[in-house]
Formats: sequence, C-alpha cells, structure tokens
Amino acid sequence: MSLSLFNIALVGLIGLLGIGFYGLMASRNLIRIIVALQIMVKGALLGLIAAGQVNGQVNLGQSMALTVIVADTIVAVMGMALGVQIRARLGTLDVRALSRLRG
Amino acid sequence: MLLFSLVVVTLICAVQAIRAKQLITSSLWLALVSALCSVLLFMYGAHLVAVIELSVGAGLVTVLFVFAINMVGDDPIETKPVPPRWLGMGLALLFIFLLGWYVLPGSIVSSASAVVEQPMSEVLWQQRGIDLVVQVVLIFSGVLGLLGLLAEVKAPLEGSVASEVLSRREDEMKAMESQYLSGQETSR
Repeated sequence: MSLSLFNIALVGLIGLLGIGFYGLMASRNLIRIIVALQIMVKGALLGLIAAGQVNGQVNLGQSMALTVIVADTIVAVMGMALGVQIRARLGTLDVRALSRLRG
Repeated sequence: MLLFSLVVVTLICAVQAIRAKQLITSSLWLALVSALCSVLLFMYGAHLVAVIELSVGAGLVTVLFVFAINMVGDDPIETKPVPPRWLGMGLALLFIFLLGWYVLPGSIVSSASAVVEQPMSEVLWQQRGIDLVVQVVLIFSGVLGLLGLLAEVKAPLEGSVASEVLSRREDEMKAMESQYLSGQETSR
C-alpha cells in the first residue's frame, strides 16, 4: 500500500495535532503550553498547504498559511509576555496557581 | 518515502519537545519541528510559506523562547498534571484515532487539475485583502506584547501572594499590639 502525498500530509497533521493536544493536557507550565500550541499550529499549516495542493490551489493555501503563521507568532509573543509578568508577580508559571486567584 | 520519513522525524521531534524536562531543550526541539515543517512545506510546493516558516518559526520564535526562558528561569513544577498522565495519553490517542477515522477515508480524492491557479500576488493582495488587514492589527498587538515582555520586571516574590499578604497582616497586628501595650503603660 503506497500513501499519496495528501495522505502523508494528513498523517503528519493528525500526529502533530494529537501530540500538541496531549501536551496541552499534560503540561502545567505556561511556556510548555505555548510549545504545545505551536506544535498544533504546525500541523494546521501542513494541512492547509496539503489541502491547497490537492485542490490545485497552492497559492490560496499559502496565503491562508501566512495568516496562520502571523497569528501563531503573535499568540506565542503574548503568551510569553504574560508568562514573564506572571512569574515576576506571583513567582510561579503554574497555571493552576493562576486559576486560584480571586478578584 | 523521503516525505514519509520526514513526517516521522517531525513527529519524533514533536514528542521530544513535549517530553523534554528542561524548557530550553523543549524550545530547541520545537525549532527543529519548525525547520522540518518548512522542509515539508517546500516539498509540497509552498515555497513562500516554507521560507517564512523557517525564518519566523525556527528563528524568531526560538529566539523569543530562549529570551523568555532566561527571564523566567527553568524551575520544574513538582505537582502532577490535573488529568493523570494515562488519561491524557488515552484522550490524545482517542483524538488521533477519531480524527484519522474521520479524515483518512475521505482523503482519497483525485487531484483537481481543472482549477486554474491564480498568481500569488493576486490571491494575497486582491482576494485575501481582509486577511492582510487582520495581520496588520495582529502585528500591532504583537508589538504591544513584546513591550510587555521587555517591560521592567520586579524581583520574584519569595512565596505566594497569599502568604505575602498574611505576613504583612501579622506585622500590622504586632505593631498594633505593641502600640496598645505602650499606651496602657503610659496610662498607669
């Protein structure tokens, strides 16, 4: 059985999404959560480009992937900024410690 | 075969990024995932996105990660994750299975060669113009986030906020008590 290009991309997509999903559930460190999110987004990128290629519209897939890359980078930057500030004020990066905060 | 082995290596690197004990190691594995992903994207014909992913995903984001980890330190969190590891692993495997079951049978499609592909500039600037506006807004908010990252950071507190508040309250109580005692002595 030989896998087509699209099937190979789907294997990568599903694997990256699954690994990122596990990382999101298993990690309590804010930085690790951002790493897991990044892994999931890599899978989404692969899926977008593969879908564009199979439909004969690679450029459309590329333009969408470009938006995803920008959004992903901004999410990472904002997450890291939050992490740095939270670590400075609370002394921890544990997300459970954040959920105990009361206003 | 080359493509499939690249995908497998990417998945192994992603697992290592999640499993790594140190944050800095984790971010380096993530950079490797980004680099391999950009190679995959290049092989799928998305040359522009591959270059951007390599420079932004493997370059900029990694530098930011290393910078942030240097600022926050690499202290391990001793307590266990909220769902136990076996439950998390089971749910992730179930997610992979269900997604594969849903997606893979429908993926046997013939390549749609009848669609006329438009040039990248036309797609990006004319058809997806609204995306570019969104990107500008996102980049602006990213700059604000970076300012937050670079903002002056106070020294970390010794304990949690609650213990800090409690110790301050105890100090205040002791001060009030000593004030009361000294007042009584003067009245005698």
